[in-house]
Amino acid sequence: MAEAVATPVANKARTLTYVAAINEAVRIVLQEQPNSFVAGEDVGGAGGVYGYYHGLQKEFGADRVFDTPISEEGIIGLGVGAGATGCRPVIDLMFMDFMGECMDEIANQLAKMRYMFGGRATLPVTVLTMAGAGASLAAQHSQSLEAWLCHLPGVKIAMACDPYDAKGLIISAARDDNPVFVVLNKMSLAMKGEVPEGAYTVPLGKAKIVRPGTNYTIVSWGRMVHECKAAAEKLKAFGIDAEVIDPRTLQPLDLPAVIQSVKKTHRCMIVHEAVRFGGFGGEIASQIQELAFDYLDAPVARVGAPFSPVPFSPALEKHYVPNADSIVAGVKAQLGL
Amino acid sequence: MAVTLTDSVLKDIHRRMVRIRRFEETAGKMMENGKIPGALHLYVGEEAVASGVMVHLSNQDQITSTHRGHGHLIAKGGAFDRMFAELYGKATGYCKGKGGSMHISNLEVGMLGANGIVGGGPPIAMGAGFSNKFRKTKNVACCFFGDGASNEGSFHEAANMAGLYKLPVIFVCENNGYGEYTPQRNHQAIVDVADRAAGYGMPGVVVDGMDAVAVYEAAGEAIARARAGEGPTLLECKTYRYYDHVGVRGMGLTYRTDDELAEWKKRDPIELFESRLQEQKIMSAAEIKAVHDETLAEIDAAIQFAESSPFPDASAILEDVYA
Repeated sequence: MAEAVATPVANKARTLTYVAAINEAVRIVLQEQPNSFVAGEDVGGAGGVYGYYHGLQKEFGADRVFDTPISEEGIIGLGVGAGATGCRPVIDLMFMDFMGECMDEIANQLAKMRYMFGGRATLPVTVLTMAGAGASLAAQHSQSLEAWLCHLPGVKIAMACDPYDAKGLIISAARDDNPVFVVLNKMSLAMKGEVPEGAYTVPLGKAKIVRPGTNYTIVSWGRMVHECKAAAEKLKAFGIDAEVIDPRTLQPLDLPAVIQSVKKTHRCMIVHEAVRFGGFGGEIASQIQELAFDYLDAPVARVGAPFSPVPFSPALEKHYVPNADSIVAGVKAQLGL
Repeated sequence: MAVTLTDSVLKDIHRRMVRIRRFEETAGKMMENGKIPGALHLYVGEEAVASGVMVHLSNQDQITSTHRGHGHLIAKGGAFDRMFAELYGKATGYCKGKGGSMHISNLEVGMLGANGIVGGGPPIAMGAGFSNKFRKTKNVACCFFGDGASNEGSFHEAANMAGLYKLPVIFVCENNGYGEYTPQRNHQAIVDVADRAAGYGMPGVVVDGMDAVAVYEAAGEAIARARAGEGPTLLECKTYRYYDHVGVRGMGLTYRTDDELAEWKKRDPIELFESRLQEQKIMSAAEIKAVHDETLAEIDAAIQFAESSPFPDASAILEDVYA
């Protein structure tokens, strides 16, 4: 079930950026787990292309925070081999788009080793990766490919929408004994939010009610959560009091939280930045009609990116990524408003 | 902890080879009889490679294997009963019947799995080698792969990283002359895969993979280097598989000649080794026969174990997906 309010167990909160929250989470992981290390392209000397490993090599040494060649298959393989033999690797996959370079290691080795070995292997591997459009990085550096991962039994997938979740999800991922992908969003790096000091976790598999509401449910994750919150404000003008639910992890998926909300509100939309067609929203929509068909007053709607690669030009990209207005338009079309 | 070539080591290598040969011959029969489902890739003909390398390793040293992986697990200390049970798809198998031939594994002896993906092993072995170094052990990771896998990008990335970080990894190329059904001359422009070692800053060594002593000596040197922190080696063993890429008779594809097979069989690794043992008066014919007989008896018991073991319950499908 979703928690209505965040319950930090750590000390006093202060405001941090998303990038600083990531940095702090990785520092805590390196402190609390002696067999952890951070490996990836440019993570050592440069501190990561977006700076979220800044200062960590200096603090923990080049044995524990180090640069790899540009070899994504090798990098994930490093995580598989080291993870299966007593280490707790934190692997940086710079851009989620680069999964194409290492999908065999992810899909055929990392995700399946435990199962293929009859449960006799444990792979406590955390992969941090960057998704998201909006920076004119074009078709190969902007994708949201979480659906690729959701189709793979054996991995967990976390989507960090804000600094609080980024830190808590990374710490949860690193403490988990499974391969966990924490998907970050490059457009959120400068976003500020309240982040408690010290270690705390955002549990994997527990949705958060971002905005309570009474007569409409919006399910969304990653950066789109904020667009949904803005859309919910605009929807008030139409008599819609939308509840915004962020599952926070897509695997495990907190379906009961979604179903409970839909049974209350009777209308639902799923919003994601990924391409709508074949996106993970389809799975959730299907689950809703299986589990709450009699409660629905309207077909479950979905808003996502169009069926095209991410375009380069800002003039095109701004129409490509869903936003509060396109979400409102989607609701209106769904309800015939 | 270098292993020296004493009589007992020679006998040890011999026993490992016989165990692989007898296991594989039986497994092939059981597949043809319809007792073992799925695909088997038999290691017969290549026994000298696994045995000559594995005699140097402890249970804390890891290996990664290939689709042709039974021999590696047997040489690493896998038990016949658990192995046959796995091939049969039984709950008592090493992987509870979830892996089968292509994913057979036993982490207790450091065997990180056969692998259905050609080139699947090298990145994992490199990661295990990194782990050995990171955890400040003296253990090594041996990566078995074929001439076919040497063309995969995964091999390139893993070898480059192992060379870069000076990891305790031995890349053991079992060059049997074929990538599945395609002869080496049609899949790469080089004759010696070991030539590629220079590109990764590691030594490349070529040995006769039908000669277990040659493999033993070259592997010993490479493993000693790795344990001493001097980095990886690419050890290429020229060998041959007697049976088809998959199965015993295979799919009847005409991609190699009977004459070629007969030529290689003249240098059968076990026959060569047994002649040597007798010439050097290390083992008598009767002692050698006893090793075969003991192995066959163990196989009979293992088959019995596998056949009398239960299949996994349907509820097991959803178990072991996550920790």
